[in-house]
Amino acid sequence: MMDTHSKSMTELTAGLEKGEFTSVELTAGLLERVEAHDEKLNAFVTVTADAALDAARAADAARAAGNVGVLNGLPIVHKDIFCTRGVKTTCGSKMLDNFISPYDATVVERLAAAGAVVLGKANMDEFAMGSSNETSFYGPVSNPWNLECTPGGSSGGSAAAVAARLAPAATGTDTGGSIRQPAALTGTVGIKPTYGRVSRYGMIAFASSLDQAGVIARTAEDAARVLGVMAGFDERDSTSIDHPVPDYVAAIGESIKGLKVGIVRQHFDEGLDAACGERVKEAIAVIESLGAEAVEVDLPNIDYSVPTYYVVAPAECSSNLSRFDGVRFGHRAEDFEDLRDLYCRSRGEGFGDEVKRRIMTGTYVLSAGYYDAYYLKAQQVRHLIADDFKKAFADVDVIAGPTAPTPAFRLGEKVDDPITMYLNDIYTIGANLAGLPAMSVPCGFVDGLPVGLHLVGHHFEEQTLLRFAHQYQQVTDWHTACPEAFA
Amino acid sequence: MSAGWEVVIGLEIHTQLATRSKIFSGASTAYGAEPNTQACLVDLGYPGVLPVLNKEVVHMAAMFGLAVDATVAPRSVFARKNYFYPDLPKGYQISQYELPIVEYGELFITDEEGEEKRIGITRAHLEEDAGKSIHEGLDRSSGIDLNRAGTPLLEIVSEPDLRSAKEAVAYMRKIHSIVRYLGISDGNMQEGSFRCDANVSVRPSGQEELGTRAELKNLNSFRFVEKAINFEIERQIDLIEEGGKVVQETRLYDSDKDETRPMRSKEEANDYRYFPDPDLLPVEISAEYIETVRQQLPELPDAKRHRFIDEYELKPDDAAILTNSRAVADFYEATVAATDAKPQLVANWVVGDLSGALNRDGLDIAESKVSSDALAGMLTRVADNTISGKIAKQVFEAMWDGEGSADEIIEAKGLKQITDSSAIEAAVDKVIEANPGQVAEYKAGKDKLIGFFVGQVMKETRGQANPGQVNQILKQKLKP
Repeated sequence: MMDTHSKSMTELTAGLEKGEFTSVELTAGLLERVEAHDEKLNAFVTVTADAALDAARAADAARAAGNVGVLNGLPIVHKDIFCTRGVKTTCGSKMLDNFISPYDATVVERLAAAGAVVLGKANMDEFAMGSSNETSFYGPVSNPWNLECTPGGSSGGSAAAVAARLAPAATGTDTGGSIRQPAALTGTVGIKPTYGRVSRYGMIAFASSLDQAGVIARTAEDAARVLGVMAGFDERDSTSIDHPVPDYVAAIGESIKGLKVGIVRQHFDEGLDAACGERVKEAIAVIESLGAEAVEVDLPNIDYSVPTYYVVAPAECSSNLSRFDGVRFGHRAEDFEDLRDLYCRSRGEGFGDEVKRRIMTGTYVLSAGYYDAYYLKAQQVRHLIADDFKKAFADVDVIAGPTAPTPAFRLGEKVDDPITMYLNDIYTIGANLAGLPAMSVPCGFVDGLPVGLHLVGHHFEEQTLLRFAHQYQQVTDWHTACPEAFA
Repeated sequence: MSAGWEVVIGLEIHTQLATRSKIFSGASTAYGAEPNTQACLVDLGYPGVLPVLNKEVVHMAAMFGLAVDATVAPRSVFARKNYFYPDLPKGYQISQYELPIVEYGELFITDEEGEEKRIGITRAHLEEDAGKSIHEGLDRSSGIDLNRAGTPLLEIVSEPDLRSAKEAVAYMRKIHSIVRYLGISDGNMQEGSFRCDANVSVRPSGQEELGTRAELKNLNSFRFVEKAINFEIERQIDLIEEGGKVVQETRLYDSDKDETRPMRSKEEANDYRYFPDPDLLPVEISAEYIETVRQQLPELPDAKRHRFIDEYELKPDDAAILTNSRAVADFYEATVAATDAKPQLVANWVVGDLSGALNRDGLDIAESKVSSDALAGMLTRVADNTISGKIAKQVFEAMWDGEGSADEIIEAKGLKQITDSSAIEAAVDKVIEANPGQVAEYKAGKDKLIGFFVGQVMKETRGQANPGQVNQILKQKLKP
């Protein structure tokens, strides 16, 4: 029963199968850790201890009866952007502080059906808008590697919980890097699948054409396990794609010998912290040592990805967040004079600054007279960027580079400088604009803070990314490093 | 209308499509349920929910497109129209904007000179309806009923080809008839399933440039369309003739006062920030699909009208009335098929007494108390001279009142026409004997009195004598 918290899902599954411990013991152990450590981290908005223990008991009973889902009895955490029936679903916002979802997101439903046990809901940047978890109404999350640093965002709570061994895996969402950047900053594995691979139903929308659900875990194999359950067509999401889901766990065992890795020159330009760049280059060297061949590829328009993203995403968010009007659910101002006042006050009080900033930007770029110059232009550039990737992928199997330009920065350091903050996602945004699967894998440390290797793949080639990451993790041990305070 | 002015009208007709579930959710579209009992999480715009297109609406829109000879777009796109209003749960309406599903259609109306006139249909696009606000019975607050939110609508936009309120009504009736023929809408105007906005402007006759238009919102009856447009035309002409200027604005028609009034400008000062809805894929329609829909199209009003004129030799006006509604046309044809009476006689009855009875009782043809078979049975008795047309009216009323079939009623009431010459002769003799003065006058040349004698004989025979025979025998006996 000792040390289950540091075990991977693969190891935990073996332990549960052999009867070394039960799901109830495992769950109770992790809940104790949450109790003991989360005050420092603030990774959870809601801990669902009773429901978790009930689910664990049910999983143990199912195992006894021989009905075992692929994640049977394994604890996970949901980013608080996924609607969970009967449980507060806040999206990190005061606007939804009183919102108890009447239904489960498809992701939540599928993981529950596979036997996963939900420990609680993870803290996040408000409406997933942020790269440091500082925009959350529930306060910033600390990085387990250094409590004065950010774990990244927006899936900061998910990443911190996994890095601190409070859960072996967590769900996340990624609109411009919100799974991968926190994974990089916390030394965890994070995968954002192909757009349309995982249903968005029940996932509170930020920017619908970019949002994708994914996983944060400690090993590529664990990420493969969880993703395999989440992925697949859902008739409730018109943008989900009916494409077969391969057996990811089976696929990752294969060697990467002979596969080609594309390196983008701009990814190593001056914006990248030199030491981080070194770690990434070392990781690529390891991959080459496994028989993969590195070649240079060109993404001529990739420099436009941040400005393009900051037109498209706010445009969609300005519309998506209109439903939070104080009329049917969520925060409603107490005093208002008329309808307009009800809207203005409810939204003025319910949303934080970053959300307001993006709603205003989005409203502006969609306005009559500006639409063509901003929104339409951004969509055109988005197509160019997607075409660049398409051309590059004619020659390579994955594109590798840094996930984030720096290791974790200090809380408060960039909060008043949105542009610098936005540049955190400079390497990750391209995959969202092109709808490509991408992941971050821990590849070393700089001054005691983790660094992530970024891998981007062809559409629906999650298994190739996972295979690269898994093979890399077979010969490295960065992913087993545990922050001292959480050992 | 005032001489020297030309009126230009375009209509935007909102047709509710007759699907069982909503355009983007599985909730029912049935009318009249308790407030908010037919609104699911998607209709309520809950966090995280997503729209899924009801494929039936695509089929219906394609049918409409083909029925008006339009292009059914191989690719159309849903956009978001953003604005805040409590009856709009998401803060945006999903509607087709730049790429509608139907474009470049046309239909023909009969204008005021009786000529066929082509009216262009710019486009028809799919969209979701909003809910409605409820103000009655609530103290200092408003309620929202979202049952209607998400109901599928097809908005049909005409070219500004209409030149009078009457033409506008004729066009609207034509669209109404087409959508009901296609079975894609119940066209119920009281329930708001069929309503329109009218863009109205005037310009001096002969001027090329269009005048400034006003948009009249939410007209929900043919009568209101006509009255509202006529009011608006006069208002605009008077305004210009007095040296004023028409401003582009949205106006509401008040049927109680029979006038149009501007809506508060705040309500229209919207920048809708349209952009393609990222939650929905473009609607793609293949040529094969369109072909399949084409083959399933029913016979449409114009084709049916021409066929009725050719096949049944009907008067054009009757053919038009009968084919206005598919149900009436079907009733008519079923009646014709079941009787020996001439098709024109059947038409007279359907257009005349039957329609009269339906209107009187406020019934739809489907609810007619006299079935097509029953009517056919009666008309067969008219055709074989068992009863006269006049007696038939009596028989029809009795049938309407549920007294049985024509034959039963004729039998029970002894209404059989008297064709026995001796019986008629006896009645004629009796009348001649009783009216010596009139007989003398008639013989002296006052031919008109024949009507009087016929009337008296019919009275004598309680209307049952065969009028032709009565005439013939009278003339014979009164020969000078």
